[in-house]
Amino acid sequence: MIKLNMINTWFKSGTPWVWLNAAGVSLCLIMVIAVLGLVAVRGVGHFWPSRVMQLSYQEDEGSLKTIFGEQVDRSVTPAVMAKSTGHKMAEGEDTLIQYLIKTGNRDVTGTDFRWILERNIKQRDFPAQMMVVERREWGNFYGQLVAVKENGKIIASGDGAWPVALERLDAALAIFDEIVHLEKKEIGAVNYGLERLRLKQKKLQLKNRWDAEAEKEVALEKAGYEAQYNQYQTQLSLLYQKARRDSLVAKIDNGSEQEISLSKIVKIYQPNTMTLFGRIGYFCSKFAEFLTDDPRESNTEGGIFPAIFGTIMMVIMMSIIVTPFGVIAAVYMREYAKQGFITRLIRIAVNNLAGVPSIVYGVFGLGFFVYILGGNIDQLFFPEAAPAPVYGTPGLLWASITLALLTLPVVIVSTEEGLSRIPKSIREGSLALGATKFETLWLTVLPMASPAMMTGLILAVARAAGEVAPLMLVGVVKLAPTLPLDGNAPFLHLDRKFMHLGFHIYDVGFQSPNVEAARPLVYATSLLLVVVILGLNLTAIIIRNRLREKYRALEG
Amino acid sequence: MTAQEVRTHAIDMNSFINNRSNSEELNEISIKVENLNLFYAGKQALRDINMDIPKKKVTAYIGPSGCGKSTLLRCINRMNDLVDNVTIEGKILLDNENIFDKSVNVAALRRRVGMVFQKPNPFPKTIFENVAYGLRIQGINDKRVLAETVENALRGAALWDEMKDRLNDNALGMSGGQQQRLVIARAIAIEPEVLLLDEPASALDPISTLKIEELINELKEKYTIVIVTHNMQQAARVSDYTAFMYLGDLIEMGTTSELFTNPRKKQTEDYITGRYG
Repeated sequence: MIKLNMINTWFKSGTPWVWLNAAGVSLCLIMVIAVLGLVAVRGVGHFWPSRVMQLSYQEDEGSLKTIFGEQVDRSVTPAVMAKSTGHKMAEGEDTLIQYLIKTGNRDVTGTDFRWILERNIKQRDFPAQMMVVERREWGNFYGQLVAVKENGKIIASGDGAWPVALERLDAALAIFDEIVHLEKKEIGAVNYGLERLRLKQKKLQLKNRWDAEAEKEVALEKAGYEAQYNQYQTQLSLLYQKARRDSLVAKIDNGSEQEISLSKIVKIYQPNTMTLFGRIGYFCSKFAEFLTDDPRESNTEGGIFPAIFGTIMMVIMMSIIVTPFGVIAAVYMREYAKQGFITRLIRIAVNNLAGVPSIVYGVFGLGFFVYILGGNIDQLFFPEAAPAPVYGTPGLLWASITLALLTLPVVIVSTEEGLSRIPKSIREGSLALGATKFETLWLTVLPMASPAMMTGLILAVARAAGEVAPLMLVGVVKLAPTLPLDGNAPFLHLDRKFMHLGFHIYDVGFQSPNVEAARPLVYATSLLLVVVILGLNLTAIIIRNRLREKYRALEG
Repeated sequence: MTAQEVRTHAIDMNSFINNRSNSEELNEISIKVENLNLFYAGKQALRDINMDIPKKKVTAYIGPSGCGKSTLLRCINRMNDLVDNVTIEGKILLDNENIFDKSVNVAALRRRVGMVFQKPNPFPKTIFENVAYGLRIQGINDKRVLAETVENALRGAALWDEMKDRLNDNALGMSGGQQQRLVIARAIAIEPEVLLLDEPASALDPISTLKIEELINELKEKYTIVIVTHNMQQAARVSDYTAFMYLGDLIEMGTTSELFTNPRKKQTEDYITGRYG
C-alpha cells in the first residue's frame, strides 16, 4: 500500500516526464552523432592510403595464385548460413571469414573487386615496391614498377625507375593541365563564340536582314574564330604528342607486364613505404582533389566540384528569388489586407502549400515553368535557336524558381510571425512623428522584422539544399559539361543544367555500374552535402544573430 | 533659412506672443473641441465633449480608468484612425481648421501635433537616429542641419549633457527615464505646435518623474501641452488647466487651482478627495 502511494507521488511530482524528455533528447543526439560519425568514417576513410598486399592463395583444388590489392572489407558469416549459401565448411569451423580485396586492373581482369576466403590464404606480404597508379580511365592499377620508357625505349629500370617515373609524371601532369586549360577555356570560348555567331546569322535571316554586309561581317568574325581554333588545335596536338611520349611498364599479379602511358595517369604512389606524414599529405591532397576536381569514370572517381558548385549556386538563386516574394506577400497579408475570411483562406492555403510533396512541385515546375513559360520565352526571344530549346528545357533558373515556390510558405509564415511581434508602440511612435504607413514599414517595422525573415530564409535554405526529387525534373543532370558560371559573357548562364550533391549521391550510389568502387564516394558526398547545408545555414544564422542584436526588441 | 534660424525666429515670435498674452491676461485658444462623440464598435466612448485648450499652457486630463481621457487625447492627432471600427462625430479645430476634414493630410497633422506615449518607445536605432527620424521622413538629410536640430532637441529635453558623447549608442541601452525624455526630444525635433503626453511618467521612477515634470514646465513656453495623468498631484503640479472626465463625459474644466480647491461639481470633488476612482 505504502509502495503504491510512493509510486503515485513519484508520478505526480512530474519526475517521470522529466526523465522521458531527457531520454528523447538523448536519443535524438545519439542518432545525429551516430549518423554523422558513420558517414564521416566511411566517407573520409576512403581517402586514406591503405597498404597494398600481395596475397598467395589456393582455391580448393587449384594451384597457388597471387593477387595484389587493398583490403576493403571483411565479412564474418556463421557456419550454418555459409553452408546454406553453398560454401563447404570443415568440421569444427563455426564461422566463415571472407575478405573483399580491391585488385584494380579492371582493363586486364575485367573486375576490380574480389572476395577471398581466409582459409585459402597461404601467405600475405606487403612488398615495399608495390605501386598504385591512379588512372583517368579503368580505375586503379596495382603492380610493381619495372621500367620507364620514352618513345618506346627504356630509360630507367629497376630501383632507379621510381624517381624517374615521379619526375616524368610531374612533367606529364603539367602538360595535361595545359591541355585541359586549352580545351576547356580557350577552345570552349571559341566554340561559344561560333555558336553565338551561328545564332546571330540565323536571327538576321529570320528578320530578313541577312544582306551582303552582314554576311561579310559574320564571315570575318568566323574566320577569326577559325584561325584561333586552328592555332589551338596545333598547340593541342603538339601537347598530346609530348604527353604520350613517356610510359611506365609494371608487372601485375598474374605475372604479365603492362605498359601505361603517362598521359593517362593522375597519380602514382607506393603506399607500403609511406611514412605517417606522407600518408597525411596524400590524404589531404586526395581530399582536396575530391573537393575541387571534376568527376571521372561515370562519377565513381575524381572530385565532385561541379556538384558542390551547382548546389550552392541553386540555393543562392533560390534565396534571391524567394526572399522578396515571401516578404512582400507576408507584408501585404499582415499589414495591408483586411483581416477576414479571405485572408484566413489564403493563410490556410499557404500553410498547406508547405505540406505538398516536393515531387509535385517538380511536376508543376516542369509543366508550367519549363514547358509553358520557357517554351514561350524561346518562341518570343530565341526564335533563332529553334528547334534547340534555350529556356524551354530544364535548367538552373527553373530549378531555382521551383524550389523558391516550394520554400515560399516557410518564408511567408515566419515573416508574418516577425511582423506580428513588432510592438504596436513602435508603429505608433513612428506614425506620431508624421510618418506614413509605408514609411513606418520601410524605416522601422521591416528592419525590426528582418531577423524573422532570416529565420524563414534559414528554414528555406535547409529545405532547398536537401531537396532532390523535384530537381530531377527541372534541371539536375548526372554530368554537366560546363558550370553555370564561367568566363563567357553573360557569365551567369541560367539556362544551363547543373549538378547537385543530393542527386549525385543517388546517381553514384544507385545508378553506378561499379557499386563497390562508388560506395565510399556515396558516404563522402553525403558528408559533404551535410557540411554544405550546415555551412549555408550557419552563414544565415550568423547574419540573423547580427540583425537580432541590432534590432533587439523593446523589453517587456 | 536654416533650421537654427527658423528656430530662433520661432522662439522670438513665441516670447513676443507670450509677453503680450501674459500682460493682457488673454489666452489664445489652440485647440477647440466641438460636440465630439466617439464610438468604439457602436459603444459610445466619448459623449458630446466641448472644450477649449489654450495655447502654450499645460492642460491636464484627469479621471478614473476607462473614462475616455486617453481616447480624447488620441483624437487630437487622429491616432484613433488606426483602430478598427471607430466612428467619430463632431469637430476638433486646430487653428480654426477641422482636423477631421477630408482634405487634411494626417501625416502633416501629426507633424504639427506630436505625441509621447505611456511607455517609452524609442526605435531600435542610435540615439541620434531616433531624434533625426522625423526630419529624415521629411526628406531632410543635410548632416549639418540634422546635427543642429538633434542637439537642440536633446537640449530641449534636458538630455544633451548626459547623451552628447553617446549619440551613436543604441537608444535601447538607456534607462527608462532617459528613454522617455529621448522620445520627447524626438517629438520636439520636428517643431510641433502641440505636444500630447499620454501618462508620460506612469512607467517611471520618482526621480525620472520629477525630471519629466520639470521638463514639461520648460516646454510649455514653446508648446501647447495636453497631458493625461492618473496622478492628481502631478496634475496639480504641472498643469495650468485641468479637465475632469468621467465615463466618457467631460464633467468639469477650469484652471487647475480652481478645480482642485473649489470644484463646481460634486463628482469632481468626490474624485479629487479620493472618494472613488
